[in-house]
Amino acid sequence: MQNDSIERREEEIVEAFAFFDDWMGRYEYLIEQGKQLPPIEERFKTEEYKIHGCQSQVWVQADERNGHLFYTADSDALITKGLIALLVYVLNGQKPEDIAHAKLAFLEKIGLQEHLSPTRKNGLAGMIKKMKLYALLHENGATEGN
Amino acid sequence: MHTPGPILLQDRPDTGLDFDVERVRADFPALRLEVHGRPLVYLDNAATSQKPQVVIDRLRDYYAEENSNVHRGVHYLSQQATEAFEQARWAVAGFINAPAPEQVIFTRGTTDSINLVAATFGRMNVGAGDEVVISTMEHHSNIVPWQMLCDEKGARLRVVPITDAGEIVYDEYVRLLTPRTRLAAFCHISNALGTINPVREMIAEAHERGVPVLLDGAQAAPHWPIDVQELDCDFYCFSGHKMLGPTGIGVLFGKREHLEAMPPYQGGGDMIDRVTFERTTYNELPHKLEAGTPNIAGAIGLATAIAYMERVRRGEIAAYEKKLLEYATERVREIDGLNVIGTARHKASVLSFLLEGVHPYDTGTILDQLGIAVRTGHHCTQPLMDRLGIPGTVRASFAFYNTPAEVDALVEGLHRVQRLVG
Repeated sequence: MQNDSIERREEEIVEAFAFFDDWMGRYEYLIEQGKQLPPIEERFKTEEYKIHGCQSQVWVQADERNGHLFYTADSDALITKGLIALLVYVLNGQKPEDIAHAKLAFLEKIGLQEHLSPTRKNGLAGMIKKMKLYALLHENGATEGN
Repeated sequence: MHTPGPILLQDRPDTGLDFDVERVRADFPALRLEVHGRPLVYLDNAATSQKPQVVIDRLRDYYAEENSNVHRGVHYLSQQATEAFEQARWAVAGFINAPAPEQVIFTRGTTDSINLVAATFGRMNVGAGDEVVISTMEHHSNIVPWQMLCDEKGARLRVVPITDAGEIVYDEYVRLLTPRTRLAAFCHISNALGTINPVREMIAEAHERGVPVLLDGAQAAPHWPIDVQELDCDFYCFSGHKMLGPTGIGVLFGKREHLEAMPPYQGGGDMIDRVTFERTTYNELPHKLEAGTPNIAGAIGLATAIAYMERVRRGEIAAYEKKLLEYATERVREIDGLNVIGTARHKASVLSFLLEGVHPYDTGTILDQLGIAVRTGHHCTQPLMDRLGIPGTVRASFAFYNTPAEVDALVEGLHRVQRLVG
């Protein structure tokens, strides 16, 4: 189970990025994170799980276990994969309502601001939206089940 | 119709240019920019070009000293603005060797020009069961207006296939010119591949069968001397912003008989002769096809860009760019795992490629960190990318202010990409 809060996980990432003076190091780290992402099953590489607005292909899927949400994802571009890996790291195993309301302030702090622009076509906004949407769906689902 | 006589373009004094790339670069303020703390290496000219100081100054001077609406006023400023605007039309006519300036229609850009033709000439001449021919390598702006027209009319869009190298399969082109073909539309130079199409021959072939031809000249006008009479094209379209001019201004050239026969595109001020609620009559060319207040500053800026290009000597521009493209192609070919996309025998300006195993998005993002501006993705040619079986490319596109040193920087950058991502 996830013991760390979303904020604690965000802090870890901010600290890790602060370690690097230059962008090369940050990108290397990002790409590394991407390589460690829990892989998404092939059967989820469909339109339904795809993030739109990306120049690369990105798929995200979520499962709920005991009131906590777990994500798998993939992308065919390494930088995009790294970005979604960060999001998965921060949000994995959290409660849907916490995910839905997460501010994700860490993104601005890690020195990759340019990726926040919607024109960058890495679909970062789309990724966040989809991950939160899953959370909202499971939030409602959990409520209905009670 | 205004006849201002010889061209009197209000330009900055001549800087005494030879074709010396460093001197040319000094004319472009944006080339001195830094990106992520590094000198900008601007290799995205197929998307848009940087502007010489004379064009920037001309726009400023227009708004500071000459701004007024055109064609309608009797006061001094409006006379000045009208003169300058119509002189710009003459300048464009000279640039493409149009027979008369009234055959030069100012539009918002290439896309606007093509839409104008589709909506007027297209609607008039294409009916149910008719055909429009384009090619696989076209930009969406030279696909979608024709799709929309064909959908509306129940006509068929036929597509000329290309080779893996990115050249038109000429025999297939000829085969697709059928008795039902009402129009053919092609790019002069491909924005994604750099292919220079054999447009003179293609036009001759089409005319033998009574098929008019529209050329998308967006990528050609900046790099290649255009002579619409020699080409004998029915329509020629291009954009100001890709050839050192401002955004929001473009040109549609048309053969007189077509333009005269075409109904108006947009209705409104300037394109009318007499308006009553019972009936409105239309103005003559070019005004019939230019409704509303035009992009006056844009047209004047475009004329200044043309004058600048003439001073740098267009023959030398083409020769220098050819050498630069050859050098760039040679150098990138040294990189292991790099595939050049678009290997036509005759190319201009564009070098598209892919690094094996590296998504173009990753390449472009890392190059950006090094201050190198290239474009990644499908370049508004999704059908072409589908045909080539790739998601997109990394595209470096050169202008006459780029240098061999910038090519070297690109190559160095690509090595770094491979080290980072490999």
